[in-house]
Amino acid sequence: MERTEIELKLVDLLVDELGIEREAITMEAKFEEDLDVDSLGVVELLMALEDNFDVKIPDEEAEQISTVGEAINLVEKKLNG
Amino acid sequence: MSHVALVTGASRGIGRAIAERLAADGHPVAVNYAANAAAADEVVARISAAGGTAVPIRADVGDEDAVAAMFAEIEDRLGRVEILVNNAGITKDDLLLRMGPEDWDAVIRTNLRSVYLCSRAAMRGMLRSKWGRIISVSSVSGLSGNPGQANYAASKAGIIGFSKSIAREIGSRNITVNVVAPGFIETDMTGELGDEIAAEVADRVALGRLGRPEDVAAAVGYLASDDAAYVTGQTIVVDGGLTL
Repeated sequence: MERTEIELKLVDLLVDELGIEREAITMEAKFEEDLDVDSLGVVELLMALEDNFDVKIPDEEAEQISTVGEAINLVEKKLNG
Repeated sequence: MSHVALVTGASRGIGRAIAERLAADGHPVAVNYAANAAAADEVVARISAAGGTAVPIRADVGDEDAVAAMFAEIEDRLGRVEILVNNAGITKDDLLLRMGPEDWDAVIRTNLRSVYLCSRAAMRGMLRSKWGRIISVSSVSGLSGNPGQANYAASKAGIIGFSKSIAREIGSRNITVNVVAPGFIETDMTGELGDEIAAEVADRVALGRLGRPEDVAAAVGYLASDDAAYVTGQTIVVDGGLTL
């Protein structure tokens, strides 16, 4: 899957699942500090990523994610190796 | 609205009554049991005969891998668990001075560790569903204490603190977490205490009788229903007025 495709899908998830405003989403945006997603919301986002991209994200890797860009990197790595 | 329910320790006593109640309310029920397959099969047969849906699932609920396998099997056979009833429990009563670490550990493992393991396993699915009910069976022993039951009372009080924390943690996701604390209910567990003690206890109960498993199951049925949508972090004491 192309990186841009992953980006588009992830942004849609953030908007649809977590109710974040599309304009606020940048690659550098931190989920908890900038996007006002609580810690449970981050867990839910990762579950949504697992469902939508059909990947498995172990807890150790999940804990490393704090920005939108990092989440995209992780999914890209999982999908494309 | 029907939701897949898991009742741990459902082959006998209070768990059995809860399984039958939830099935009667229209929910497909996973009847978990530790060892007594014949008893679990009988519960499933009774539910089926009454027009409900149930499957027996053997699992040691104190074991992490067994719990994971149980949830996978239920998802496969019935669907995602959205009502979890943590009911499995044992007693190993003794005065504290004579209570060995093995009696302490066994009770904490089956009664409290299981609640942690099963609640954690259920939570993922409930978050996905954006709907869930976690109901745990405590005891008036956990509220008032009981001589000879330091281990059991600790496990049952632990369930209450656990549930209040989780209620706060996931309340915003439309998942409620509550506790039912039965008093003296007529089951195999209390039958071991003998008629004399039962009669003494009945004298102290405001309603003048021991409880039936169905009395407890009714409270669980309420907490699992949409009527209880705005109730969370609570403990409903079902003891006939024993601990007033």
